[in-house]
Amino acid sequence: MSAPAIEPVRTPVPDAKSLAAEARRTTPARFDTALGWSDRPGLAWTFRILLCAIALGIFAAPFLTIFSGALTPNPSGSSLSFLPHDSTLLNFKVAGERGIWDYLGNSLVIAGGGLLLQLVVCTLAAYALARHRFRGRALIMLLFMMTLMLPEEVIAIPLSLVLGDVPVVHLDLKGTVWGVILPLGAWGFSVMMLTEFMRDIPAEIEEAARLDGVGELRMLWQVILPLCKPALGVAGVLGFIMIWDQYLLPLIAAKDPTDYTVTVALSILRTDPEVGSGVVLAGAVIALIPSLIVYLLLQRSLVTGIAAGATKG
Amino acid sequence: MTATVTTPAARRVSGVLSKKAVVPWLFLAPGLLLALVFKFWPMAKGIWLSFFDVQPFLGDQWIGLDNYTRVLTDHRFQDAIGHTLVLGIGQSVGAILLGFVLALLLEGQARSLKIIRTAVFLPAVTATAVVGELWRLMYYPTSDGLLNSGLHLLGLGPVQFLDNPDIALYSTVAMGIWIWAPYNMVILLAGLAGVDRSLYEAAAMDGVSLWQRLRYVTLPAIRPALMIVLTLATIRGLRVFTEVYVLTGGGPAGSTDVWMTRAYTLGFTRNDIGGASAASVVLLCVTLLLTVTVNYLRKRGDAR
Repeated sequence: MSAPAIEPVRTPVPDAKSLAAEARRTTPARFDTALGWSDRPGLAWTFRILLCAIALGIFAAPFLTIFSGALTPNPSGSSLSFLPHDSTLLNFKVAGERGIWDYLGNSLVIAGGGLLLQLVVCTLAAYALARHRFRGRALIMLLFMMTLMLPEEVIAIPLSLVLGDVPVVHLDLKGTVWGVILPLGAWGFSVMMLTEFMRDIPAEIEEAARLDGVGELRMLWQVILPLCKPALGVAGVLGFIMIWDQYLLPLIAAKDPTDYTVTVALSILRTDPEVGSGVVLAGAVIALIPSLIVYLLLQRSLVTGIAAGATKG
Repeated sequence: MTATVTTPAARRVSGVLSKKAVVPWLFLAPGLLLALVFKFWPMAKGIWLSFFDVQPFLGDQWIGLDNYTRVLTDHRFQDAIGHTLVLGIGQSVGAILLGFVLALLLEGQARSLKIIRTAVFLPAVTATAVVGELWRLMYYPTSDGLLNSGLHLLGLGPVQFLDNPDIALYSTVAMGIWIWAPYNMVILLAGLAGVDRSLYEAAAMDGVSLWQRLRYVTLPAIRPALMIVLTLATIRGLRVFTEVYVLTGGGPAGSTDVWMTRAYTLGFTRNDIGGASAASVVLLCVTLLLTVTVNYLRKRGDAR
């Protein structure tokens, strides 16, 4: 995963950068950070550990309550704690009876299919934008950029109508997974990022392949894509997180509640008077785990991706 | 390139050129088609419908700007503007400040710091619906709810975080800050990594205070990262929907209703498609205007 092309911040002069790195190796640690944190035991060191503990308590510890609540028999707001008292899987069983596994199935199909479609569509578009010169390129780039400014929230009502009756072909996508998958296909962010990455691949590599008579599809599949693995990783992780976070789209694309994804279905569990908050938390755990796995396995590409996407605008 | 089309060779060249000209469009076609059908067509349809009184069986009637005047003079929408501003500005400013503090705290190469950063970033990768459920339980209104039991230790009475119309909006702001501060942290950390270390050293030699070092070295250097964080936060704040919808559903008594939850209720619960479309178009215009303005300011700032 050595990806020199997705550096968070580009230093214009390489000399200055290596000089700075040189300086960092030889100078004391207090110039490494803005606040000049020391890594030796002392007052500042203790203070930093204390602050880190507070940060963990605020941002990470609440997740422990989800797990412990899900494992505690019939908890309410009163019995929530960071560690379960006497653990049980009963809550998951009840959540299963309320169809949580079916909702998870919907989610997984949508996340898998949506991500696959998104990666294929965005890679194809990025290849054309990065490696071909044609009239109207800037305009197409602008169009993809604009898709980012048209999120589901802003076009919810007409999108709901379109999903019920797709123009020209008159298909009713409501109640099918396609109603969620297809609108996620063209994601401007992935197009931008992949274009940016593919543009940095030297033309010589492409020219050499062309001399060997390589066609366009093979060029993309066998020459460009293997060089894009880091960028594809970033697009994959960010895409998965984005799709898993969808709320409004699965809500308006559903015909009845059985079409919901697991994240939307949490509200059904919550409003069900016969189940306690332990069951809701069991559902929350089930909705949480896939994104947690993806994040923990691939968190480096995610973080570089956010940083790269942000600094490149 | 512009050869006359008389010789066979030239014709062959132009044939190749036109084939070459088609290729990129073949690659772009799936993306453009999906964007057209599921983004731009709904946008156009939304703008179109906003001028109509949409009636399912009686046919749509052109009513010009009536939907717009109706939405903009509706006091619930006017309240929603205020709530959107409080929520958007509150969570943006809060998340940027807290994100900056986190970035300063967790800056560094040590392995333990990387682990802490991974843990702190969790809220940003968790689906908003899950975060909503989590915070509903933390805000549990009785004195043994998670946050209230903490307040109880301090000798403070139970707070009705989500049930009190005076407090619910600020409870939502707090959740927004919690979600977005780690996200901002990552972007600001990338900015901090790019600060020239020799400047810190030079500052130390000049004997400046820590505050001056932050003010005159760090802040100017991470200005681009700050501007990006601000742009993203502003646009996010305007179209905030899911956070409010899962946490409070706009209640109690409409005290957390924001522009988009109001439009959603109008469109899907009350079936007022025309009014809801008008509300969405207003939001779209404001977002566009804001994006263009911020980008303009950013470019002007960079040029300076």
